[in-house]
Amino acid sequence: MSDVRTHERSSEAVLQLTVNGESRSIAEGARITDLVTDLALDGRKIAVERNLEIVPRSQYSETALEDGDRIEIVAFVGGG
Amino acid sequence: MDDAATPKAAEDTPLVVAGRTFTSRLIIGTGKYETYAQNADALKASGAEMITVAVRRVNLSNPDEPRLVDFISPGDYTFLPNTAGCFTGEDAIRTLRLAREAGGWNLVKLEVLSDPKHLYPDMAETLRAAEMLIADGFEVMVYCSDDPVYAKKLEEIGCCAIMPLGAPIGSGLGIQNPVNIRLIVEQTQVPVIVDAGVGTASDAAVAMELGCDGVLMNTAIAEAADPVRMARAMRHAVIAGREAYLAGRMPKKRYADPSSPLSGLI
Repeated sequence: MSDVRTHERSSEAVLQLTVNGESRSIAEGARITDLVTDLALDGRKIAVERNLEIVPRSQYSETALEDGDRIEIVAFVGGG
Repeated sequence: MDDAATPKAAEDTPLVVAGRTFTSRLIIGTGKYETYAQNADALKASGAEMITVAVRRVNLSNPDEPRLVDFISPGDYTFLPNTAGCFTGEDAIRTLRLAREAGGWNLVKLEVLSDPKHLYPDMAETLRAAEMLIADGFEVMVYCSDDPVYAKKLEEIGCCAIMPLGAPIGSGLGIQNPVNIRLIVEQTQVPVIVDAGVGTASDAAVAMELGCDGVLMNTAIAEAADPVRMARAMRHAVIAGREAYLAGRMPKKRYADPSSPLSGLI
């Protein structure tokens, strides 16, 4: 897919994101809370970073995603 | 034994780290267990109240993957997020800010490692990272080498616990340099916790007998043939070592000294 075409697509209805290093698309106008729901994640057990900035849990429903956003979603795992 | 008949020893003071009080002086890691369920059982057996945890990307292809917090509740234990895998102060602060958002607390374990072969901490970068984290409001328990000079510097910039290694991470070799550990204990006003190198119960007891305020371990329990049983052994070892330290051991002598009286022999 060419860059021009990507741009056309994203301007129509879809945002291209990078989530935990993987490409992912989501409907234009989507917010963090929609992404969390799409991924079937429990919002109480994760932390979200958008373009290297932490998004506080209280702002998931207000924070709009933009084309090209780099999102990291992390949780606690076993470690020493 | 009848407890009422046992003379009471003077009460020990609890472990206090950054204003938080802990009855147990054992801290355990949550890595390398076969399952989180086994991890939770070992944690119960260990009596530990504080556990280290790592921060990692959520597995998006399997959102139903078991989660640590489903087995070990942050409400029941103090989670100590670590910076395992971080090589710079910037990496560490990014990781721990995410941990703070996921868990909502400031108490953290800083580890900035170097070569994977020995996993020794990079002390220059550890000191820089600790300064950055403290400036950002974190309370930093710091994994460090057993170098008393760097241990002092870390204390002076405000770390709330000094955590020297006993031996390389995951090696189970025991306390390799008791002289340095004791030097660090003697010079330090905040808690000193041996972090890494413990292999079996006697190693934990040695750390405590040197006067350390606590011991942090992961592999010694997780990779024992029976982790739950080893967790229980470690609980006793830490208590025994602490009690021996408080009791004050007998002086070492070069020759035998009979325990039965020499007078009145028939």
